[in-house]
Amino acid sequence: MRQTEVCIIGGGPAGLTAALKAAGLGAEVTLIDRNDYLGGQLIKQTHRFFGSKEQRASERGINIARELAEAVEKEDKITVLTKAAALSYYKDGVVMVKQNERIIKIKPQKLIVATGGSEKNLMFPNNDLPGVYGAGAVQTLVNVYGVKPGRKVLMVGAGNIGVIVSYQLLQAGVDVVGIIEAAPKIGAYWVHASKVVRAGVPIYASHTIKRAWGEKEVAGATIMKLDEKWQPVPGTEKELDVDVICLSVGLSPLTELLWQAGCKMEFIPELGGHVPVRNEDLETSQPGIYIAGDAAGIEEASAAMMEGALAGLNAAEAMGYKVSDFKEQKEVVMKELNGLRSGPVGEKIRKGLAKAIS
Amino acid sequence: MRVNEHPILNFEKGNKVMFYYNGQQLEGFTGETIAAALHANGVRAMRESIHLHRPRGLFCNIGNCSSCLMMVNGKPNVRVCVEKLEEGMMVETQQGKGELK
Repeated sequence: MRQTEVCIIGGGPAGLTAALKAAGLGAEVTLIDRNDYLGGQLIKQTHRFFGSKEQRASERGINIARELAEAVEKEDKITVLTKAAALSYYKDGVVMVKQNERIIKIKPQKLIVATGGSEKNLMFPNNDLPGVYGAGAVQTLVNVYGVKPGRKVLMVGAGNIGVIVSYQLLQAGVDVVGIIEAAPKIGAYWVHASKVVRAGVPIYASHTIKRAWGEKEVAGATIMKLDEKWQPVPGTEKELDVDVICLSVGLSPLTELLWQAGCKMEFIPELGGHVPVRNEDLETSQPGIYIAGDAAGIEEASAAMMEGALAGLNAAEAMGYKVSDFKEQKEVVMKELNGLRSGPVGEKIRKGLAKAIS
Repeated sequence: MRVNEHPILNFEKGNKVMFYYNGQQLEGFTGETIAAALHANGVRAMRESIHLHRPRGLFCNIGNCSSCLMMVNGKPNVRVCVEKLEEGMMVETQQGKGELK
Protein backbone atom coordinates (compact mmCIF):
# COMPACT_ATOMS: atom_id res chain seq x y z
CA MET A 1 0.00 0.00 0.00
CA ARG A 2 1.30 3.39 -1.02
CA GLN A 3 0.67 6.32 1.26
CA THR A 4 0.43 9.81 -0.18
CA GLU A 5 -0.77 13.17 1.06
CA VAL A 6 -2.69 14.25 -2.04
CA CYS A 7 -3.68 11.83 -4.79
CA ILE A 8 -4.89 13.35 -8.03
CA ILE A 9 -6.71 11.23 -10.57
CA GLY A 10 -6.36 12.61 -14.09
CA GLY A 11 -3.41 14.38 -15.69
CA GLY A 12 -5.33 16.81 -17.88
CA PRO A 13 -5.46 20.59 -17.45
CA ALA A 14 -7.28 20.36 -14.11
CA GLY A 15 -5.16 17.58 -12.60
CA LEU A 16 -1.82 19.04 -13.68
CA THR A 17 -2.64 22.47 -12.27
CA ALA A 18 -3.94 20.93 -9.06
CA ALA A 19 -0.70 18.97 -8.67
CA LEU A 20 1.46 22.07 -9.16
CA LYS A 21 -0.52 24.15 -6.68
CA ALA A 22 -0.69 21.46 -4.00
CA ALA A 23 3.03 20.74 -4.33
CA GLY A 24 3.69 24.48 -4.33
CA LEU A 25 2.24 24.68 -0.85
CA GLY A 26 4.47 21.80 0.24
CA ALA A 27 2.20 18.78 -0.07
CA GLU A 28 3.50 15.48 -1.37
CA VAL A 29 1.43 14.55 -4.43
CA THR A 30 0.78 11.40 -6.43
CA LEU A 31 -0.68 12.11 -9.85
CA ILE A 32 -2.09 9.23 -11.82
CA ASP A 33 -3.25 9.06 -15.42
CA ARG A 34 -4.42 6.16 -17.56
CA ASN A 35 -2.60 7.41 -20.65
CA ASP A 36 1.11 7.07 -21.41
CA TYR A 37 1.46 10.86 -21.49
CA LEU A 38 0.32 13.86 -19.45
CA GLY A 39 -1.87 16.67 -20.74
CA GLY A 40 -5.21 14.93 -21.26
CA GLN A 41 -7.23 16.31 -24.13
CA LEU A 42 -5.13 19.48 -24.31
CA ILE A 43 -2.68 17.60 -26.51
CA LYS A 44 -5.04 17.87 -29.47
CA GLN A 45 -6.12 21.50 -29.01
CA THR A 46 -4.18 23.27 -31.73
CA HIS A 47 -6.23 26.47 -31.52
CA ARG A 48 -5.22 29.49 -29.50
CA PHE A 49 -7.02 30.02 -26.22
CA PHE A 50 -8.40 33.39 -25.36
CA GLY A 51 -9.34 35.41 -22.34
CA SER A 52 -6.81 37.25 -20.24
CA LYS A 53 -3.05 36.80 -20.13
CA GLU A 54 -3.34 34.88 -16.84
CA GLN A 55 -5.63 32.46 -18.65
CA ARG A 56 -2.81 31.81 -21.14
CA ALA A 57 -4.65 33.65 -23.90
CA SER A 58 -3.31 33.27 -27.44
CA GLU A 59 -1.36 30.17 -26.45
CA ARG A 60 -2.22 26.94 -28.20
CA GLY A 61 -3.55 24.10 -26.04
CA ILE A 62 -0.80 21.75 -27.21
CA ASN A 63 1.85 24.14 -25.86
CA ILE A 64 0.03 24.64 -22.56
CA ALA A 65 -0.06 20.85 -22.15
CA ARG A 66 3.69 20.62 -22.73
CA GLU A 67 4.51 23.42 -20.29
CA LEU A 68 2.30 22.03 -17.52
CA ALA A 69 3.58 18.50 -17.99
CA GLU A 70 7.21 19.63 -17.90
CA ALA A 71 6.62 21.66 -14.74
CA VAL A 72 4.96 18.67 -13.06
CA GLU A 73 7.78 16.32 -14.04
CA LYS A 74 10.36 18.77 -12.68
CA GLU A 75 8.64 19.09 -9.30
CA ASP A 76 10.24 16.77 -6.72
CA LYS A 77 7.15 16.64 -4.57
CA ILE A 78 5.04 15.13 -7.35
CA THR A 79 5.18 11.43 -8.20
CA VAL A 80 3.68 10.75 -11.62
CA LEU A 81 2.17 7.40 -12.50
CA THR A 82 1.22 7.10 -16.17
CA LYS A 83 -0.49 4.15 -17.87
CA ALA A 84 -2.22 3.92 -14.51
CA ALA A 85 -5.99 3.61 -14.47
CA ALA A 86 -7.95 4.27 -11.29
CA LEU A 87 -10.32 1.32 -11.13
CA SER A 88 -12.14 1.87 -7.88
CA TYR A 89 -12.44 3.69 -4.59
CA TYR A 90 -13.03 1.84 -1.33
CA LYS A 91 -14.79 2.79 1.86
CA ASP A 92 -11.53 2.87 3.81
CA GLY A 93 -10.25 5.57 1.46
CA VAL A 94 -8.12 3.34 -0.74
CA VAL A 95 -7.83 3.98 -4.48
CA MET A 96 -7.15 0.88 -6.53
CA VAL A 97 -5.00 1.51 -9.60
CA LYS A 98 -4.00 -0.77 -12.45
CA GLN A 99 -0.60 -0.09 -13.95
CA ASN A 100 1.21 -2.43 -16.36
CA GLU A 101 -1.13 -5.31 -15.52
CA ARG A 102 -0.39 -4.87 -11.80
CA ILE A 103 -2.61 -3.58 -9.04
CA ILE A 104 -1.40 -0.72 -6.86
CA LYS A 105 -3.27 0.42 -3.78
CA ILE A 106 -2.98 4.07 -2.87
CA LYS A 107 -4.13 5.53 0.43
CA PRO A 108 -4.24 9.32 0.13
CA GLN A 109 -5.13 11.79 2.83
CA LYS A 110 -6.84 14.01 0.27
CA LEU A 111 -8.17 12.98 -3.13
CA ILE A 112 -8.73 15.23 -6.13
CA VAL A 113 -10.84 13.71 -8.89
CA ALA A 114 -10.09 15.35 -12.23
CA THR A 115 -11.22 12.61 -14.58
CA GLY A 116 -12.69 14.82 -17.31
CA GLY A 117 -15.67 14.06 -19.50
CA SER A 118 -16.87 11.81 -22.29
CA GLU A 119 -18.59 12.71 -25.51
CA LYS A 120 -22.34 12.37 -25.86
CA ASN A 121 -24.06 10.46 -28.62
CA LEU A 122 -27.22 11.41 -30.49
CA MET A 123 -30.18 9.23 -31.43
CA PHE A 124 -30.89 8.71 -35.14
CA PRO A 125 -31.14 5.66 -37.41
CA ASN A 126 -27.71 4.21 -38.23
CA ASN A 127 -25.92 6.27 -35.57
CA ASP A 128 -23.85 3.16 -34.80
CA LEU A 129 -22.25 2.88 -38.24
CA PRO A 130 -18.49 3.22 -38.58
CA GLY A 131 -17.96 6.79 -39.75
CA VAL A 132 -20.05 8.33 -36.95
CA TYR A 133 -17.54 9.80 -34.53
CA GLY A 134 -17.45 12.10 -31.58
CA ALA A 135 -15.91 15.40 -32.68
CA GLY A 136 -13.13 14.95 -30.13
CA ALA A 137 -12.36 11.52 -31.57
CA VAL A 138 -11.77 13.05 -34.97
CA GLN A 139 -9.70 15.81 -33.42
CA THR A 140 -7.45 13.18 -31.83
CA LEU A 141 -7.14 11.23 -35.06
CA VAL A 142 -6.26 14.28 -37.14
CA ASN A 143 -4.21 16.43 -34.74
CA VAL A 144 -2.38 13.77 -32.73
CA TYR A 145 -1.87 11.03 -35.33
CA GLY A 146 -2.16 12.94 -38.62
CA VAL A 147 -4.74 10.53 -39.97
CA LYS A 148 -7.96 11.53 -41.75
CA PRO A 149 -11.31 10.04 -40.70
CA GLY A 150 -12.64 10.14 -44.29
CA ARG A 151 -13.13 12.61 -47.13
CA LYS A 152 -16.34 14.55 -46.54
CA VAL A 153 -17.65 15.53 -43.13
CA LEU A 154 -21.01 16.59 -41.73
CA MET A 155 -20.52 18.28 -38.35
CA VAL A 156 -23.50 18.05 -36.00
CA GLY A 157 -23.43 20.92 -33.49
CA ALA A 158 -22.18 24.47 -33.91
CA GLY A 159 -20.85 25.01 -30.41
CA ASN A 160 -17.18 25.81 -29.86
CA ILE A 161 -16.01 22.22 -30.27
CA GLY A 162 -18.00 21.62 -33.48
CA VAL A 163 -16.78 24.79 -35.09
CA ILE A 164 -13.15 24.49 -33.93
CA VAL A 165 -12.88 20.85 -35.03
CA SER A 166 -14.45 21.77 -38.40
CA TYR A 167 -11.74 24.36 -38.91
CA GLN A 168 -9.03 21.91 -37.85
CA LEU A 169 -10.39 19.36 -40.35
CA LEU A 170 -10.05 21.98 -43.09
CA GLN A 171 -6.47 22.64 -41.96
CA ALA A 172 -5.77 18.92 -42.36
CA GLY A 173 -7.18 18.91 -45.88
CA VAL A 174 -10.52 17.26 -45.10
CA ASP A 175 -13.66 18.68 -46.73
CA VAL A 176 -16.39 19.85 -44.32
CA VAL A 177 -19.66 19.77 -46.26
CA GLY A 178 -21.66 21.58 -43.61
CA ILE A 179 -22.30 22.21 -39.93
CA ILE A 180 -25.82 21.78 -38.58
CA GLU A 181 -27.14 23.21 -35.33
CA ALA A 182 -30.53 22.41 -33.77
CA ALA A 183 -30.71 25.77 -31.99
CA PRO A 184 -31.70 28.82 -34.02
CA LYS A 185 -28.32 30.42 -33.21
CA ILE A 186 -24.68 29.37 -33.42
CA GLY A 187 -23.36 28.54 -29.97
CA ALA A 188 -19.66 29.02 -30.72
CA TYR A 189 -17.69 32.21 -30.11
CA TRP A 190 -17.91 34.29 -33.25
CA VAL A 191 -14.11 34.37 -33.53
CA HIS A 192 -14.16 30.64 -34.26
CA ALA A 193 -17.41 30.52 -36.27
CA SER A 194 -16.40 33.30 -38.65
CA LYS A 195 -13.24 31.39 -39.62
CA VAL A 196 -15.19 28.40 -40.97
CA VAL A 197 -17.79 30.63 -42.59
CA ARG A 198 -15.00 32.57 -44.34
CA ALA A 199 -13.60 29.25 -45.53
CA GLY A 200 -16.91 28.59 -47.23
CA VAL A 201 -18.46 26.02 -44.88
CA PRO A 202 -22.24 26.51 -44.60
CA ILE A 203 -23.72 26.51 -41.09
CA TYR A 204 -27.37 25.44 -41.03
CA ALA A 205 -29.09 26.72 -37.88
CA SER A 206 -32.40 25.10 -36.80
CA HIS A 207 -31.40 21.85 -38.49
CA THR A 208 -31.06 18.31 -37.23
CA ILE A 209 -29.86 14.99 -38.62
CA LYS A 210 -32.71 12.69 -39.63
CA ARG A 211 -30.61 9.63 -40.39
CA ALA A 212 -27.33 8.29 -41.65
CA TRP A 213 -27.10 6.09 -44.72
CA GLY A 214 -24.82 3.18 -45.48
CA GLU A 215 -24.44 -0.57 -45.11
CA LYS A 216 -21.02 -1.16 -43.62
CA GLU A 217 -19.95 2.46 -43.21
CA VAL A 218 -21.47 5.93 -43.43
CA ALA A 219 -22.24 6.75 -47.06
CA GLY A 220 -24.53 9.74 -46.59
CA ALA A 221 -26.82 11.67 -44.27
CA THR A 222 -30.22 13.31 -44.39
CA ILE A 223 -30.66 16.58 -42.54
CA MET A 224 -33.86 18.54 -42.04
CA LYS A 225 -35.12 21.82 -40.70
CA LEU A 226 -36.61 22.29 -37.24
CA ASP A 227 -39.46 24.70 -36.49
CA GLU A 228 -39.50 27.09 -33.54
CA LYS A 229 -40.78 24.25 -31.33
CA TRP A 230 -37.77 22.11 -32.34
CA GLN A 231 -40.00 19.79 -34.41
CA PRO A 232 -38.82 18.53 -37.84
CA VAL A 233 -40.49 20.28 -40.76
CA PRO A 234 -41.68 17.69 -43.34
CA GLY A 235 -40.50 18.30 -46.86
CA THR A 236 -37.29 20.06 -45.81
CA GLU A 237 -35.09 16.95 -46.00
CA LYS A 238 -31.75 17.42 -47.69
CA GLU A 239 -29.39 14.62 -48.66
CA LEU A 240 -25.69 15.13 -48.06
CA ASP A 241 -22.91 13.14 -49.69
CA VAL A 242 -20.67 12.50 -46.68
CA ASP A 243 -18.64 9.60 -45.33
CA VAL A 244 -18.04 11.09 -41.88
CA ILE A 245 -20.60 12.33 -39.37
CA CYS A 246 -19.07 14.13 -36.42
CA LEU A 247 -21.16 14.56 -33.29
CA SER A 248 -20.40 17.65 -31.30
CA VAL A 249 -23.41 17.54 -29.02
CA GLY A 250 -21.86 17.99 -25.62
CA LEU A 251 -20.06 15.97 -23.00
CA SER A 252 -20.90 14.20 -19.77
CA PRO A 253 -18.75 14.37 -16.63
CA LEU A 254 -16.85 11.13 -15.87
CA THR A 255 -17.98 10.56 -12.32
CA GLU A 256 -17.91 6.80 -11.68
CA LEU A 257 -15.34 7.07 -8.88
CA LEU A 258 -17.34 9.83 -7.21
CA TRP A 259 -20.51 7.72 -7.28
CA GLN A 260 -18.53 4.86 -5.82
CA ALA A 261 -17.15 7.07 -3.09
CA GLY A 262 -20.71 7.91 -2.09
CA CYS A 263 -20.50 11.60 -2.96
CA LYS A 264 -23.88 13.30 -3.12
CA MET A 265 -24.73 13.65 -6.82
CA GLU A 266 -27.22 15.91 -8.55
CA PHE A 267 -28.52 15.89 -12.14
CA ILE A 268 -27.71 19.35 -13.49
CA PRO A 269 -28.21 19.63 -17.27
CA GLU A 270 -26.30 22.95 -17.42
CA LEU A 271 -23.18 21.11 -16.20
CA GLY A 272 -23.60 18.15 -18.56
CA GLY A 273 -25.42 15.59 -16.40
CA HIS A 274 -24.85 14.09 -12.98
CA VAL A 275 -22.26 16.04 -11.00
CA PRO A 276 -21.15 15.95 -7.39
CA VAL A 277 -22.55 18.55 -5.02
CA ARG A 278 -19.62 20.61 -3.74
CA ASN A 279 -18.80 23.55 -1.51
CA GLU A 280 -16.99 26.75 -2.53
CA ASP A 281 -13.67 24.97 -1.94
CA LEU A 282 -14.57 22.25 -4.51
CA GLU A 283 -14.85 19.65 -1.76
CA THR A 284 -17.62 17.09 -2.29
CA SER A 285 -20.05 15.81 0.36
CA GLN A 286 -17.34 13.26 1.26
CA PRO A 287 -14.78 15.16 3.34
CA GLY A 288 -11.35 15.12 1.75
CA ILE A 289 -12.58 14.35 -1.78
CA TYR A 290 -12.22 17.32 -4.11
CA ILE A 291 -13.19 17.78 -7.76
CA ALA A 292 -11.90 19.91 -10.62
CA GLY A 293 -12.44 20.31 -14.35
CA ASP A 294 -15.02 18.56 -16.51
CA ALA A 295 -15.68 15.91 -13.86
CA ALA A 296 -17.14 18.74 -11.77
CA GLY A 297 -19.21 20.08 -14.66
CA ILE A 298 -18.51 20.47 -18.37
CA GLU A 299 -16.73 23.73 -19.09
CA GLU A 300 -13.64 24.66 -21.05
CA ALA A 301 -9.97 23.95 -20.44
CA SER A 302 -9.23 27.42 -19.05
CA ALA A 303 -11.86 26.91 -16.34
CA ALA A 304 -10.51 23.42 -15.68
CA MET A 305 -7.04 24.83 -14.99
CA MET A 306 -8.42 27.38 -12.54
CA GLU A 307 -10.56 24.83 -10.75
CA GLY A 308 -7.52 22.59 -10.58
CA ALA A 309 -5.56 25.42 -9.00
CA LEU A 310 -8.27 25.98 -6.40
CA ALA A 311 -8.69 22.29 -5.60
CA GLY A 312 -4.91 21.90 -5.26
CA LEU A 313 -4.59 24.90 -2.96
CA ASN A 314 -7.56 23.86 -0.82
CA ALA A 315 -6.51 20.23 -0.47
CA ALA A 316 -2.97 21.19 0.55
CA GLU A 317 -4.20 23.81 2.99
CA ALA A 318 -6.59 21.29 4.54
CA MET A 319 -3.55 19.02 5.01
CA GLY A 320 -2.08 21.73 7.18
CA TYR A 321 0.29 23.38 4.72
CA LYS A 322 0.31 27.14 5.18
CA VAL A 323 1.81 29.90 3.10
CA SER A 324 1.57 33.57 3.92
CA ASP A 325 -0.03 34.51 0.62
CA PHE A 326 -2.58 31.68 0.55
CA LYS A 327 -5.55 34.04 0.57
CA GLU A 328 -4.09 36.17 -2.21
CA GLN A 329 -3.29 33.13 -4.36
CA LYS A 330 -6.87 31.94 -4.03
CA GLU A 331 -8.34 35.35 -4.71
CA VAL A 332 -6.36 35.74 -7.91
CA VAL A 333 -7.71 32.43 -9.25
CA MET A 334 -11.26 33.15 -8.09
CA LYS A 335 -11.20 36.51 -9.81
CA GLU A 336 -10.02 34.94 -13.06
CA LEU A 337 -12.60 32.19 -12.84
CA ASN A 338 -15.44 34.62 -12.16
CA GLY A 339 -14.26 36.74 -15.07
CA LEU A 340 -14.33 33.73 -17.37
CA ARG A 341 -17.84 32.84 -16.25
CA SER A 342 -19.19 36.39 -16.48
CA GLY A 343 -21.42 37.83 -19.19
CA PRO A 344 -23.95 36.05 -21.41
CA VAL A 345 -21.50 33.27 -22.38
CA GLY A 346 -21.19 32.13 -18.78
CA GLU A 347 -24.88 32.27 -17.98
CA LYS A 348 -25.50 28.54 -18.32
CA ILE A 349 -22.51 27.66 -16.15
CA ARG A 350 -23.52 30.16 -13.46
CA LYS A 351 -27.02 28.71 -13.40
CA GLY A 352 -25.65 25.17 -13.12
CA LEU A 353 -23.14 26.04 -10.41
CA ALA A 354 -25.82 27.79 -8.35
CA LYS A 355 -27.54 24.40 -8.13
CA ALA A 356 -24.35 22.42 -7.49
CA ILE A 357 -22.82 24.45 -4.66
CA SER A 358 -24.21 23.83 -1.22
CA MET B 1 -5.48 8.37 -45.40
CA ARG B 2 -2.74 10.42 -43.84
CA VAL B 3 -2.50 14.19 -43.52
CA ASN B 4 0.33 15.25 -45.80
CA GLU B 5 0.55 18.95 -45.17
CA HIS B 6 -0.51 20.91 -42.12
CA PRO B 7 -0.14 24.64 -41.38
CA ILE B 8 0.66 24.17 -37.66
CA LEU B 9 1.60 20.59 -36.95
CA ASN B 10 4.54 18.39 -37.87
CA PHE B 11 3.69 14.75 -37.52
CA GLU B 12 6.76 12.92 -36.38
CA LYS B 13 6.33 9.33 -37.40
CA GLY B 14 7.96 6.45 -35.55
CA ASN B 15 9.48 3.44 -37.24
CA LYS B 16 7.62 1.77 -40.04
CA VAL B 17 6.15 -1.56 -38.91
CA MET B 18 4.09 -4.34 -40.48
CA PHE B 19 0.99 -5.69 -38.82
CA TYR B 20 -1.91 -7.93 -39.78
CA TYR B 21 -5.58 -7.05 -39.96
CA ASN B 22 -7.69 -10.21 -40.28
CA GLY B 23 -4.71 -11.85 -41.93
CA GLN B 24 -4.05 -9.00 -44.36
CA GLN B 25 -0.62 -7.41 -44.07
CA LEU B 26 -0.72 -3.65 -43.51
CA GLU B 27 1.79 -0.92 -42.74
CA GLY B 28 1.83 1.50 -39.83
CA PHE B 29 4.20 3.37 -37.53
CA THR B 30 5.30 2.93 -33.95
CA GLY B 31 3.95 5.62 -31.68
CA GLU B 32 0.51 5.55 -33.25
CA THR B 33 -2.49 3.62 -32.01
CA ILE B 34 -3.81 0.53 -33.74
CA ALA B 35 -6.99 2.47 -34.58
CA ALA B 36 -4.99 5.27 -36.21
CA ALA B 37 -2.98 2.79 -38.27
CA LEU B 38 -6.16 1.03 -39.40
CA HIS B 39 -7.75 4.34 -40.39
CA ALA B 40 -4.62 5.30 -42.31
CA ASN B 41 -5.18 2.09 -44.29
CA GLY B 42 -8.85 2.91 -44.87
CA VAL B 43 -10.19 0.41 -42.32
CA ARG B 44 -12.92 2.05 -40.23
CA ALA B 45 -14.94 -0.95 -38.97
CA MET B 46 -13.39 -2.11 -35.71
CA ARG B 47 -15.83 -4.51 -34.14
CA GLU B 48 -19.18 -6.24 -34.60
CA SER B 49 -22.13 -5.63 -32.30
CA ILE B 50 -22.83 -8.67 -30.12
CA HIS B 51 -26.49 -9.31 -30.96
CA LEU B 52 -27.22 -7.84 -34.40
CA HIS B 53 -23.67 -8.23 -35.76
CA ARG B 54 -23.64 -4.69 -37.06
CA PRO B 55 -20.27 -3.13 -37.83
CA ARG B 56 -19.03 -0.67 -35.23
CA GLY B 57 -16.26 1.87 -35.56
CA LEU B 58 -14.30 4.28 -33.48
CA PHE B 59 -16.44 6.65 -31.43
CA CYS B 60 -14.57 8.45 -28.64
CA ASN B 61 -10.96 7.55 -29.54
CA ILE B 62 -9.71 8.15 -25.99
CA GLY B 63 -10.56 4.89 -24.24
CA ASN B 64 -13.98 5.71 -22.81
CA CYS B 65 -16.65 4.10 -24.93
CA SER B 66 -15.68 0.49 -25.87
CA SER B 67 -16.87 0.91 -29.46
CA CYS B 68 -13.48 -0.18 -30.85
CA LEU B 69 -12.78 -3.43 -28.98
CA MET B 70 -10.74 -5.89 -31.08
CA MET B 71 -8.68 -9.04 -30.72
CA VAL B 72 -4.99 -8.23 -30.57
CA ASN B 73 -2.47 -11.07 -30.56
CA GLY B 74 -5.29 -13.36 -29.46
CA LYS B 75 -6.36 -11.17 -26.55
CA PRO B 76 -10.00 -9.99 -26.75
CA ASN B 77 -11.53 -6.64 -25.78
CA VAL B 78 -8.48 -4.51 -26.51
CA ARG B 79 -9.33 -0.82 -26.90
CA VAL B 80 -7.48 -0.22 -30.14
CA CYS B 81 -7.95 3.55 -29.82
CA VAL B 82 -5.43 3.66 -26.97
CA GLU B 83 -3.30 0.56 -27.63
CA LYS B 84 -0.08 1.39 -29.47
CA LEU B 85 0.89 -0.44 -32.64
CA GLU B 86 3.80 -2.87 -32.56
CA GLU B 87 5.68 -4.82 -35.22
CA GLY B 88 3.92 -8.03 -36.25
CA MET B 89 0.72 -7.43 -34.29
CA MET B 90 -2.21 -9.65 -35.21
CA VAL B 91 -5.32 -7.50 -35.14
CA GLU B 92 -8.65 -9.22 -35.70
CA THR B 93 -12.34 -8.40 -35.70
CA GLN B 94 -13.73 -9.88 -32.52
CA GLN B 95 -16.71 -12.24 -32.60
CA GLY B 96 -19.01 -11.92 -29.62
CA LYS B 97 -17.74 -11.00 -26.18
CA GLY B 98 -14.39 -12.75 -26.56
CA GLU B 99 -13.00 -15.49 -24.37
CA LEU B 100 -10.31 -15.02 -21.78
CA LYS B 101 -7.65 -17.67 -21.85
